[in-house]
Amino acid sequence: MHIMEGFLPVKHAIGWSIASAPFVAYGLRSINKRIKEKPEQRMLLGVAAAFTFVLSALKLPSVTGSCSHPTGTGLGAILFGPAAMAPIGMVVLLFQAILLAHGGLTTLGANIFSMAIVGPFAAAAIYRTAKALKLSFGVSIFFAASLADLLTYVTTSAQLAFAFPDPVGGFITSFAKFAGVFAFTQIPLAISEGLLTVVVMNALLRFNSRELLEMKVTTVKEVQA
Amino acid sequence: MKRHQNLLMMIAVAMLIALPLWMVKKPAPGADGKEVQIFAGADDKAKDLVGIIAPSYKPWALPVMEPPSSEVGSLLFALQAALGAGFIGYYLGISTTRAKYEKAIPKTTTC
Repeated sequence: MHIMEGFLPVKHAIGWSIASAPFVAYGLRSINKRIKEKPEQRMLLGVAAAFTFVLSALKLPSVTGSCSHPTGTGLGAILFGPAAMAPIGMVVLLFQAILLAHGGLTTLGANIFSMAIVGPFAAAAIYRTAKALKLSFGVSIFFAASLADLLTYVTTSAQLAFAFPDPVGGFITSFAKFAGVFAFTQIPLAISEGLLTVVVMNALLRFNSRELLEMKVTTVKEVQA
Repeated sequence: MKRHQNLLMMIAVAMLIALPLWMVKKPAPGADGKEVQIFAGADDKAKDLVGIIAPSYKPWALPVMEPPSSEVGSLLFALQAALGAGFIGYYLGISTTRAKYEKAIPKTTTC
């Protein structure tokens, strides 16, 4: 989902940066507030960041014959709320933009928007909806994490289609082309991300149920199950 | 039972990663005799697609720093993954030990 350095027109690059900035600022404030109130959750916040570090470094082969990577933002969004993931995602994207020529500084705003804002907000909303529908803990986590992953790539496709509409078919045709590159490749990867997120959450549920209960991620009933 | 479930899910992930390697066949070299690359990055494909949709577009910025070779690039990606995995392992280690001690303490106080 990394839009390469310089591959968004100036106006779009600035626009997406302005759109992402308030989320990052609000996210930083919410993280600071939480760590001040509950310093013991600092380690778990580290786990959420570490999970994003690992998953976004793994370029996995897909059935379309190209490689792409998961995002790992769903876990943190479910644990700490979606806003917290904006600054965390920014750190990962900055690391890759500066050291790896992967993504870029001019496209940082757009990449933050897809990976660290749309993905996490989708994850949190889907998790809440799935719980409201009384789906089990594991199934809820799976749908939240995998759909967040997929929606991140749909967002990237839309961003590129918006910047480069097809000369004949306009936005829609262009979106279909970019989604063909990104979204289809991402389907098996999104399933992998969903499963890996459930694995980590199962481990946390088993050994850190106290923290999860305190963060209202789960209920007493699920811990005892 | 949870442990069983986790194991099954890890196997499913391994299959999802391994199956494409086996399913996608390398196409024959094109008319120009160049070998066709498979499993290239989707980001690069999107970059090529921009070139097709808007041939006149010129990228207006270049990466600050490019890894001098793909080897150095993979070193940095490995480092990124290792840092993350190391921290998760450390935390799970603390948590399992804590859970074990908490279970052990009531036993020792009762006898």
